[in-house]
Amino acid sequence: MDLSSINPVVLAAALMVAATPILLAAIGELIVEKAGVLNLGVEGMMIVGAVLGFIVAVQSGNPYLGMVGAAVGGAGLGLLFALLTQVLLANQVASGLALTLFGLGFSALLGQGFVGISPPRTPKLNFGPLSEIPVLGPVLFSHDFMVYVSLAIVAAVWYFLRYTRAGMILRAVGENHDAAHALGYRVRRIRVLAIMFGGACAGMGGAYLSLIRVPQWTEGMTAGAGWIALALVVFASWRPWRVVLGAYLFGGIVVLQLNLQAAGFRIPVEYLSMSPYLITILVLVLISSGKARGSLNAPGSLNRSFHASG
Amino acid sequence: MLRLEKRPSPSTVWTIATPLLAVAFTMVAGGFLFAALGKDPFVAIKLIFFDPLFSEQYGAYSRPQLLIKAGPLILIAIGLSIGFRAGVWNIGAEGQYIVGALFGAGVALALFPTPGWYIFPLMIVAGALGGFLWAMIPAILKTRFNTNEILVSLLLVYVAEKLLAAMSLGLMRNPDIPGFPGSRNLRHYPSAHNAELIAGTGMHWGVAAAFIAVIFAYVLLHRHILGFQVQLAGQAPRAARFAGVAPAKLVVVCLGLSGALAGLAGMFEVSGPAGQVNIDFAVGYGFTAIIVAFLGRLHPVGIVLAGFLLALTFIGGELAQFILRLPSASIQVFQGMLLFFLLALDLLTNYRIRFSPAEAR
Repeated sequence: MDLSSINPVVLAAALMVAATPILLAAIGELIVEKAGVLNLGVEGMMIVGAVLGFIVAVQSGNPYLGMVGAAVGGAGLGLLFALLTQVLLANQVASGLALTLFGLGFSALLGQGFVGISPPRTPKLNFGPLSEIPVLGPVLFSHDFMVYVSLAIVAAVWYFLRYTRAGMILRAVGENHDAAHALGYRVRRIRVLAIMFGGACAGMGGAYLSLIRVPQWTEGMTAGAGWIALALVVFASWRPWRVVLGAYLFGGIVVLQLNLQAAGFRIPVEYLSMSPYLITILVLVLISSGKARGSLNAPGSLNRSFHASG
Repeated sequence: MLRLEKRPSPSTVWTIATPLLAVAFTMVAGGFLFAALGKDPFVAIKLIFFDPLFSEQYGAYSRPQLLIKAGPLILIAIGLSIGFRAGVWNIGAEGQYIVGALFGAGVALALFPTPGWYIFPLMIVAGALGGFLWAMIPAILKTRFNTNEILVSLLLVYVAEKLLAAMSLGLMRNPDIPGFPGSRNLRHYPSAHNAELIAGTGMHWGVAAAFIAVIFAYVLLHRHILGFQVQLAGQAPRAARFAGVAPAKLVVVCLGLSGALAGLAGMFEVSGPAGQVNIDFAVGYGFTAIIVAFLGRLHPVGIVLAGFLLALTFIGGELAQFILRLPSASIQVFQGMLLFFLLALDLLTNYRIRFSPAEAR
């Protein structure tokens, strides 16, 4: 084993890339849950985004178009979930599971002819002299555009929820849909829009995996990233900036684990690759227990169907 | 103007009719899917739903497969349905299935090649224990630390898959064939082999266990106080608490029971149809069983019927893959659509659609 082969600067730079897919998916799900909807289909929307983004990018030769295609695909699948849960008043947990099962199959079907192909390369942004700064340069200014887009989305979500009227209404709908309805807000419309936003973000997160992180298409390549994103929202106590913190912590673990594998750490690969899931569980336990009780911050109407009577 | 009116209690007629309608809708939508893939939809549907049972050519192979595939699906779904009724969401049955198989096979491999009548019963106990213990992780985290059981049980599926890989490549690998993944084949170890009870039917101990579980679940739900508490907690959690139902106890019982049954299913599979612990052992029964539970309306009899139907889609899907060169994933899409249609049509079970004149608002 050679731990000296692990370079902390490279590690920190790789961490941002490893964290971006779940960061995108989690910030989308945060908006969905803030609106009072629990969508367990994140994994399904991510994988469909991954394959659609890949297909669009390969066919058009343009990774940016691929990202757009993934967002549209994710939002489309989100719309299906919205139809089930908001219009047809189906159980949210079951509908989310259905979305994941369907998405895994559907993506495998779409992606059949695309296994083993390389997607068009997504260029790194050029920051000129900024990327020359020692340590900070490679860590912060050596990435592709999506890393910064994901952070911009987090900032926008934070601003939206905290400082805009629409954000306030969305939170009201999530806290108490009956009261929001009585005030004349369109509960159902707001939730449908939130679900579609969440789907678009999850789709982009998936496409980030297939277009930039890996970059290739393989069946089931999200490997639980969508579920980890769901856990991340709980970890973050439904606060946007904590999602970033959680995602980067998680990214750090993934990267460290991969580096340990490469360095020939004595634990077999299979056990090392369990660590992201185990650590996610551990973090969930820590956050949901004890005095802090982050889970008390959950939106009041989360996972409850809304049906306006009368 | 369409208006929805909540029914005081779910409609009995629609409770039975919606699964049938959902299957019909899925066949139509699946037909379009196959047409879009450039296959004759009528041939494909016939191949999936009809030929495995009635075709001269394929029936001889496919008919026993029906029991082999339906056994684990029913066994797992019965356990899940009890939890789902109580509002305890165990969606990690796939993981419990794997760990049950590892425990069961572990006993056999440890005792190899000692003969003995006690080995197979011991494996059954170990398999159930493995699934039970794996399910206790989310259960205890839920009751002690209030951690979401949906996320924990699901995340543990990935852990179990890695564990399966580690075992097939490491501890449980067959020492006689170095360089290949996978354990000894239990088919060559008579004391541990879960052989067919009646040759050529696919009937093995796992299928028998599934039917015992069905009867057990029926009695539990309809004749036992625990079954009443389960239903009460699912439909009216507040009322359940006033009636003295301890939520924590219910979580442990529901998760433990479904985990043990999933573990049993895994153990019967590894010692019978699969034969060995290997990296490709898990094929998704634990996830498909969720669809079986819902399609069967969480009712033991319904689950038997739904289990056979989904087993049929598995076998028919393999057939369609082989003959029509349909991609294997299309059957997953098919199963996903089935759940979608079921959930969508459930509106009719719980709500009444009223037509009211627009001006009466």
